[in-house]
Amino acid sequence: MLEISNLYKTFNAGTTNEVNALQDVSLTIDDSSFVCVLGTNGSGKSTLLNAVAGTFILDSGSIFLNGNNITRWAENKRARLIGRVFQNPFSGTAAGMSIGENLALAAKRGRKRGLGWGLPASVVRELKERVKTLNMGLEDRLDTPIGKLSGGQRQALTLLMSSWLKPDLLLLDEHTAALDPKTASKVIELTEKIVTEGKLTTFMVTHSMQQAVNLGDRIIMMHQGKIRYDFRGEEKKRMKVPDLLSLFDELRRKDQIDIRVAELLEANYV
Amino acid sequence: MTLLIGSITIGLVLALLALGIFISFRIFDFPDITAEGSFTFGAAITASLIVTGVNPVVATVLAFAGGLVAGAATGFIHTRFKINPLLSGILVMTALYSVNLHVMGKSNVPLLSQKTLFTWFESFSVKISGEEAMANLIGWSVPARDLWTLFFCTVIIVIFSLLLLWFFRTNIGTAMRATGDNDQMIRALGVNTKGMIIFGVALSNGFIALSGSMLAQFQGFADVQMGIGMMVWGLASVIIGEALISEKSLGLVIAGAVIGAVLFRLLVAIALRWGMNPNDLKLITAIFVFIALVVPGLMKQTKKIKLSR
Repeated sequence: MLEISNLYKTFNAGTTNEVNALQDVSLTIDDSSFVCVLGTNGSGKSTLLNAVAGTFILDSGSIFLNGNNITRWAENKRARLIGRVFQNPFSGTAAGMSIGENLALAAKRGRKRGLGWGLPASVVRELKERVKTLNMGLEDRLDTPIGKLSGGQRQALTLLMSSWLKPDLLLLDEHTAALDPKTASKVIELTEKIVTEGKLTTFMVTHSMQQAVNLGDRIIMMHQGKIRYDFRGEEKKRMKVPDLLSLFDELRRKDQIDIRVAELLEANYV
Repeated sequence: MTLLIGSITIGLVLALLALGIFISFRIFDFPDITAEGSFTFGAAITASLIVTGVNPVVATVLAFAGGLVAGAATGFIHTRFKINPLLSGILVMTALYSVNLHVMGKSNVPLLSQKTLFTWFESFSVKISGEEAMANLIGWSVPARDLWTLFFCTVIIVIFSLLLLWFFRTNIGTAMRATGDNDQMIRALGVNTKGMIIFGVALSNGFIALSGSMLAQFQGFADVQMGIGMMVWGLASVIIGEALISEKSLGLVIAGAVIGAVLFRLLVAIALRWGMNPNDLKLITAIFVFIALVVPGLMKQTKKIKLSR
């Protein structure tokens, strides 16, 4: 279970570029729940994901994952519990190293790495079997440098890597945003399969309302650093893309009203 | 012929330098100029220990340890205080200049009448083939002790190359290569990348100090200036190796660095023999590395231009 309480984060505090990326965000995600997070640009959805991943230091708040207080854990220490897939398909794999080596690195996620052989024959056999499940014909090309593969293939492998050892939490950061639609739908199919088979607790940030509607059991909408809507259970199942769109419009209208009221007040009283 | 064998021997000794530069420059993309200080540091430690009667093997091992410490200092300054790699290296290199003078007590320590690794090799040769023995090498008559020295150096380099290759294939070595390739990815897989960089730069300078230590024993003195230009020298060796070996397999790349170091030393020996002014050596080395760094980019550009036509 992931328990996020009262997170605050301001970037560039005290400058003209100040951004209140997270403002009192609290959220609890149950085990084996698949949460889709939607939001406009700059809504704080990726910041929230990165806060859980540990890429920056929070201003305040706490994060517990399965009873561990990970608020002060370094990014690499959190990797014991968390699997991640990045937006950029090139971020999740080491381009100059072979497919086999990349997977072997993932097979030791968060574990002690000693002077044992990095790619023993027993591991290669397991690698082949699991790569075969991708149906991409990559199982016979384990020696190929991963940089020679397409973005979609690399993203599929990153997914496999992030879930190689069952993570307590899987973080997906708009992991199909940089792919063409056909590849994206393949990667989404694979995501669904891996998450369902492993009963993984998943936190997926996405820009696609269609994905949020189709996948998972919970939708969260963020806006200006806050969680604005949280749908689950039957309510989530009834959600359709037009419903989400109209909610977004509503959020935007409220903003505009705020701005216009501020302008009006300014014009009359300042 | 004696000159040729001597050049190959020095080339093999400097292959350790090339392997060190390979680790920092190619694995981590870390232009580590600490090399110039740690090369001398290794020579200084070994020379001053041998002069006080310490066993040459112990003195050589301690030089390696000294290099590890120097490299770790650079890595620590870079990762802990976020100082850029080049500047971190310059700081440690500058500091090492004073340290080296303190270690040696003067700017030059001669080893001529001392027991070194190389006098061991020679006495081994005397035991096996006798004093003043000459050996026949493809029609050339050469002193047997030179051949034995070459043989032992080859063995040492092969052992260290294989050790390095083995290390890079272990779990921790694979993680080290991944750190240089994509640090974001490997952090997400639980590796402390800062620690990895410190470890890698330390290892690199360990090899470099070892190279300095062996060169001091071969040439019979340690000098506080002997590290100058060594980073570019090592880089030249690595680049020649890469040009020879287009394959990206790790074993071949390591072998390439070793062969590159020997070839580069031979090229220099030939150029000096042809009457090149020794004062121009560093200038020409620098120009060579400059060209080697620029040409691949230019070739790509001309290819692109051709394609766009």
